[in-house]
Amino acid sequence: MKNNLKFFGLLFLFLLLSSVPLLAQEAPFNADKASLYKLSIIVGGAIITFASAAGAYCQAKAISSACEGISRNPGSGPHIRFLLIFGLVLIETLVIYALLITFIILMVQWGKYA
Amino acid sequence: MEELEHSLFLVDLFNKIFSRPLSSLLVLIGIEVKNPEHLIPDHVVMSLMVMIFLILFFGISSRKLQIIPSKFQSILELIIQGFENLLLEIIGEAGKKYLPLIGTIGLFIFFCNILGLIPGFMSPTSKLNVTLGCALVVFVYYHWQGIKSQGPLKYLKHFTGPIPLLAPLLLPIEIISHFARPLSLSLRLFGNIFAEEMLIVVIVSIIPFLVPLPFMVVAIFTATIQTFVFVLLSCIYIGGAIAHEEEH
Repeated sequence: MKNNLKFFGLLFLFLLLSSVPLLAQEAPFNADKASLYKLSIIVGGAIITFASAAGAYCQAKAISSACEGISRNPGSGPHIRFLLIFGLVLIETLVIYALLITFIILMVQWGKYA
Repeated sequence: MEELEHSLFLVDLFNKIFSRPLSSLLVLIGIEVKNPEHLIPDHVVMSLMVMIFLILFFGISSRKLQIIPSKFQSILELIIQGFENLLLEIIGEAGKKYLPLIGTIGLFIFFCNILGLIPGFMSPTSKLNVTLGCALVVFVYYHWQGIKSQGPLKYLKHFTGPIPLLAPLLLPIEIISHFARPLSLSLRLFGNIFAEEMLIVVIVSIIPFLVPLPFMVVAIFTATIQTFVFVLLSCIYIGGAIAHEEEH
């Protein structure tokens, strides 16, 4: 119990620390373009969230079935491991694409209205 | 994006020495130079440094090889053997021929990725130009090797698939998938390294002490994994290009 409290206390402290830059933000710039800016942040966040959730689910499925395969037949371990890495890379690539698109959306908005 | 970057000391030094003569050379050829004071971008300087480091380090250490290896030499042999085993595993006995290109690209990308963790340097691979260069080299090379090992006609027949009736359908798909390969190779590496640098920058701007360290450890891990992935995919592409029809 005491350990738990310590952990939550630390977490709270870090949350407080990380919210410091939020206080230092300046007032919004161009009022009619600000809504577009907000929208772009929301869309950018949503893209990477959904993409990483889907990617994590698919990777979990791939890893679990690879583990099953290796435990049933340890002799074919190297081959399955090779295929597993190859598949994980392909899944990961799609998530990276989503991440890049998020970056592009956010960066373009920064460049325009900053 | 530009305001997020600050000028690096080494790049400024390099530009002070080489920028003026190079830009006057370019003007002589007829190319307009926008910024003669700061002609050479960061990633060019950094990748030049990685190249010089690799040539000096591996060149000097390969000069005096011994039959009974010293500790240093056996570490280097371990690295080369890692690449060789990968090639043997994927392509087979014929794969040893491709060790120079695969090994060079692997070492170059690994040191490029790692370089960004040293303060005052940046990863050249966090710019799309460098990764696209590496990916295009692999793209041209595996087509060239495929044509060389199978002959041009037989290699082009590769694209039409197994059944002649389906060839008009399969040909565009195959061509698109082949052109998607350098794109995905370059974007994967660039996206990983760029995202990592952005993550570290954001974390540093929030809390500059101790908190970025775990992310930097993760960055070492990702750098290694991405190097491995790039090398693995290049091997698979080369293996697919030189494979003969009867094998699959």
